Amino acid sequence: MELTAFQDPRIVRAALDERRIAIVGLSANELRASHFVGFYLKRHGYEIVPVNPRETSILGHECYPSLTDIPGPVGVVDVFRTPDAVPDIARQALAIGARYLWLQFGVISQEGIEIAKEGGIDVIVDRCLKIEHARHVGRMHWLGFNTEVISAERRRPV
Amino acid sequence: MSTDREFGFHTRSVHAGSRPEPTTGARALPIYQTTSYVFEDPESAAAYFNLQEYGNTYSRIMNPTVAALEERIANLEGGVGAVCFASGMAAQTAAFFTLLDPGDHVVSSAALYGGTISQLKHLFRKLSVELSFVDPDDLDGWRAAVRPNTKLLFAETIGNPGGNVLDIEAVAGIAHDHGAPLMVDNTFATPFLCRPMSWGADIVVYSATKFLGGHGTSIGGAVVDSGEFDWSNGRFPVVAEPSNAYHGLAFHETFGAYGYLMKLRAETLRDLGAAMSPFNAFLFAQGIETLPLRMRKHVENAAALADHLSRHDKVLQVSYPGLSDSTYAPLVDKYLPDGPGAVFCFDLAGGREDGQKFIRALNLFSHLANVGDAKSLVIHPATTTHRQLSDAELAAAGIGPGTIRLSVGIEDAEDLIWDLERGLAAIG
Repeated sequence: MELTAFQDPRIVRAALDERRIAIVGLSANELRASHFVGFYLKRHGYEIVPVNPRETSILGHECYPSLTDIPGPVGVVDVFRTPDAVPDIARQALAIGARYLWLQFGVISQEGIEIAKEGGIDVIVDRCLKIEHARHVGRMHWLGFNTEVISAERRRPV
Repeated sequence: MSTDREFGFHTRSVHAGSRPEPTTGARALPIYQTTSYVFEDPESAAAYFNLQEYGNTYSRIMNPTVAALEERIANLEGGVGAVCFASGMAAQTAAFFTLLDPGDHVVSSAALYGGTISQLKHLFRKLSVELSFVDPDDLDGWRAAVRPNTKLLFAETIGNPGGNVLDIEAVAGIAHDHGAPLMVDNTFATPFLCRPMSWGADIVVYSATKFLGGHGTSIGGAVVDSGEFDWSNGRFPVVAEPSNAYHGLAFHETFGAYGYLMKLRAETLRDLGAAMSPFNAFLFAQGIETLPLRMRKHVENAAALADHLSRHDKVLQVSYPGLSDSTYAPLVDKYLPDGPGAVFCFDLAGGREDGQKFIRALNLFSHLANVGDAKSLVIHPATTTHRQLSDAELAAAGIGPGTIRLSVGIEDAEDLIWDLERGLAAIG
């Protein structure tokens, strides 16, 4: 499946402008990738909402068993689950009015993508929310990564 | 305004990695001559060391001037990132060290820089890594040398000094058939002439000392990763499994396409310690601003000199792959359409004695052990750069007793030809 259509930098930047992010499959284990991402997003001022039926609280935030249990609006649904879980998550993301479905590295589900697209929300696939934030807003350039940003604009210090 | 335009190579040579400094507005790349960085608060300090946040801790591991150079090289190469080192040899050592374990096996081209051949033979023996050298032109030889424990294939884009041109796509295919990455030393081509990753190479290493810096001022090296290799294919627990050297972090799962580079930096550079100095990084970054301009002139001059020498009756043979009768012409057309670099060898009929007479009579060419300077350089490999090699290894690397290596600079071609004629007139 051609994924570049779901990695458009303009959509990525728009998703990063959202402030409330539900993280489906956020682990309480601080060595797991999902925990790295949750920690980082919280540090950078996002309100994170853990979705994990096996935990009560992660990173100081109450956990919800599913997306539909979350009170209030959600901007981005960030997914750290196996691909076969994605179609249901996409349906729930539509049900709660989320604006973006974000599928992390390797979470690739054609069916899930199509459900979200048909429901009218933007989908980002096989990208890491933390890395994309660091590329466009943060400090990724401090560790020698290729941000692909070419600009003579003076930024605010980060 | 940030844009989504795909900028050209010249633009990226000047801009990539170096945006205006946010605090002062300085437009040139600042030299951050500091060992260490004050943390905002204890939580930030812990987050940096845990790799949960991108932050500066200590200049052995990262430095903003070096990072600008790393991003520039990675951008030009088309990789996901780069890590720079104190030398090309240090970069190579670290690239190997990060992905190999004792008992692994490496298949390498035999036509390499002499220092690399020595490094592979002696370093790998001490690390209990098995090694096979193959003729880089012999694809069946590459295939036959691969074993169940082969974890890496290694070669130079343009062999030093024999001028072998690697069939990158074919050798990458052999590597990937066996679930192993291909690492290519692209020092002689630079990303302006060839981008091995676009042909399937997974890791590219550089001696930045040469054409990237371009002015013979600084020693340095770089490792660039394409981010494409699947380190979780079951054959690389050293990259994919939780690491004892970093409190149980699983680099590939946690950092995805950036996992190998994070491990290379946070573990290997940390432990081997061969960090690039910020001042050298500044000089390399400035050098790269003119890389495309310089490489065009290097190649134009090299082609003119190779052509002149190939028609000279005191010259037995010229091994510039850009000559139309070179056996490498089809590979040059495919991989190096703007020219196969500016380092090549030729053989004088009179062997070692003629070689020394020739070098003594030159005026413009500098007799020294380096390549890739704006100034033209000359050396006799058998008694210098490749001195530690046996006769058989010399032959495999394409070096005879009368072989002279030139690194053609960006002076006027007519002046360089005048100088070569002085050298040739001095011999029999």
